[in-house]
Amino acid sequence: MTMTTPHLDNVSSSVAFIHAGRRHRQRRWMLITGTMALLAAALCCAMLILGNTIYPLDQVLRALFGEQIKGVSFAVSTLRLPRMLAGLFAGFAFGIAGYTFQTLLRNPLANPNVIGITSGSSAAAVFCLTVLQAGNAFTSVAAVVAGLLTVVVIYILSRGKIFSIGRLILIGIGIQAMLDAVISYLLLISSEKDVPTAIQWLSGSLNGSKMNELPPLVLIVLIFTPILMILGKHLHVLELGEQSASSLGVSTDKTRIALIVAAVFIVAIATATTGPIAFVSFLAGPIAKRLVGNGSYNLIPAGLVGINLVLAADLVGQFAFVTRFPVGVITGLLGAPYLIFLLIRMNRKGEL
Amino acid sequence: MSNVTVSNGRRPSPHIPKHFYTVLIVSLILLGTSILASLAFGSRSVPFHDLIDGLFRPEVDTYEANIIRKRISRTVFSLFCGAALGVSGSLMQAVTRNPIADPSILGVNTGASLFVVCGMAFFGMTTASQYIWLAMLGAGLTSIFVFGIGSLGRGGATPIKLVLAGAATSAALSSLVTAILIPRSHVMDQFRFWQVGSVGAGTWGSVTTFIPFLLVGLLIGFLTSPALNALALGDEAAKGLGVKTGTLRLIAALAGVVLCGAATALAGPIGFIGLLATHLVRLLVGADLRFVIPLSAVAGAVILTVSDIAGRLIGSPGELEVGVVTAFVGAPILIILAMRAKVRSL
Repeated sequence: MTMTTPHLDNVSSSVAFIHAGRRHRQRRWMLITGTMALLAAALCCAMLILGNTIYPLDQVLRALFGEQIKGVSFAVSTLRLPRMLAGLFAGFAFGIAGYTFQTLLRNPLANPNVIGITSGSSAAAVFCLTVLQAGNAFTSVAAVVAGLLTVVVIYILSRGKIFSIGRLILIGIGIQAMLDAVISYLLLISSEKDVPTAIQWLSGSLNGSKMNELPPLVLIVLIFTPILMILGKHLHVLELGEQSASSLGVSTDKTRIALIVAAVFIVAIATATTGPIAFVSFLAGPIAKRLVGNGSYNLIPAGLVGINLVLAADLVGQFAFVTRFPVGVITGLLGAPYLIFLLIRMNRKGEL
Repeated sequence: MSNVTVSNGRRPSPHIPKHFYTVLIVSLILLGTSILASLAFGSRSVPFHDLIDGLFRPEVDTYEANIIRKRISRTVFSLFCGAALGVSGSLMQAVTRNPIADPSILGVNTGASLFVVCGMAFFGMTTASQYIWLAMLGAGLTSIFVFGIGSLGRGGATPIKLVLAGAATSAALSSLVTAILIPRSHVMDQFRFWQVGSVGAGTWGSVTTFIPFLLVGLLIGFLTSPALNALALGDEAAKGLGVKTGTLRLIAALAGVVLCGAATALAGPIGFIGLLATHLVRLLVGADLRFVIPLSAVAGAVILTVSDIAGRLIGSPGELEVGVVTAFVGAPILIILAMRAKVRSL
């Protein structure tokens, strides 16, 4: 008895310690997520209020609820609301899809931007926009199919005897170079009047977002976010590594395929709607992780970071300079240095 | 198969590789064929007698004959560019001791683009002879930067680290390029004309601007090839053989940058030629750089010229830029290299 008491004490104190730690982490998660949601809401309001003319919030709200106010109604409901909603949903979509890829492949560099999935969707969308002159629904479907196909091709080519994330990234970059060549070819053969639209779209822009373009994106995000959240519990276990995951009873292959399909759906639809907004899917995950801390499931924080990035970058692009820049240029200027910084750090630590 | 073992053994053999003469003759025949094809085919088809008129009878002044004369300068220019890019790829691969080093993968093209855009936007430069130095400076600084990042940490510059460093740098620089271009529509037009990566703009003027750089670069490439062979054995071994590795690296890398910088300045960014040419040649004659470097010049010239012909035919009645064609045929080499690589060596 005298032997076991201190041992028991030890156990109960360490259990208490673990509980305290978990409570602390939960509190931090709630705090950060809440703050980011508030920030996103503030940015949404700013998107509606700011513009060539600045309207006060009460007028904006009244216009949103259907009241006809001269000037305000048109600007808010036809121009600013679709733009805000496109940014909101696309930002969230890029954020959660990027996070899923990064967690799944246990490497922040493995995201749809770097490994060519975005290029696959872009190529299909440009083809539909310029050559087929197809409508939105068809373009969205084509973007999703092309994104999935790109994933399948990259996966088959990079299988090898032992799966290596390095090989997958190299092959993804090669595929991306080929797809970009295809996009250039499509731009060449498309008629002159479609080219500016296509180029604007390719740099990722919220300009000219229209209400009737949004339903596919909204629908897909609403359907697949819960799926990612439910499967995400498994994803969290996958983060421990393949072997630990299967010994904890997670069927790794099925979960992985389901997650990839869901994430590709989301990223491809977002790409088809707003164009590839550079680096959002790459930045959202690491930023969320830095804010919330490791060890929790950060899907929603990553999505919120995505929203904040896109909306803030769009506001900066619209109002910070004399010329208006599309949102993708701003996120590119922000994201690329961070990518270089991340590479330097990973190389130093020997993580590649 | 014997070639493969030579390339794995990495031993610079004193004697000429087995298939060298066959490969040389075949590639020269291909070169001749591609020159003829480049003159004969294009987005507009020209009858044979006009081809003869354009080539040999300067007094004939028909539309078709003038098309042929334009194609002559274009062909010469594309041969020179291809040779420069091919040798540049071989040199960069040898200097970095890395199979995937190619100007486009190292982000050198985007570096040159950024500097050219700055020259156009901030210093009002309009002609290639003005911004050729800027392009070269941009190419040089970017390659140093990319290689610097890629070789940090354990294991030095592995392919995956280099590719990622190059891709990240390219992304960063191209967002800068876009940001500079968007407010300046006049520069945008000028830059888009340059950026298409095309040898179609090749005039006798650009050929003469190019020649000094080409000659210097090729000469350095040929002269340093024996020492570069020693470098392939590893830095220690090379030092043991009396090679000053630092100086050698600097000179050879400089030659590589001059070659691809000049080609990029005059023709716009054209990717993957160096990768494709060098690997093709190494597959055929082994790893001895004394043979690889001259043959990659020939191979690069053939590949670029054929790609240009393909671009003219596919894009007819317009033209598909040669840079697009080379990316499409060259990128699979990167994929194949990645597929064959051992996991550890990535």
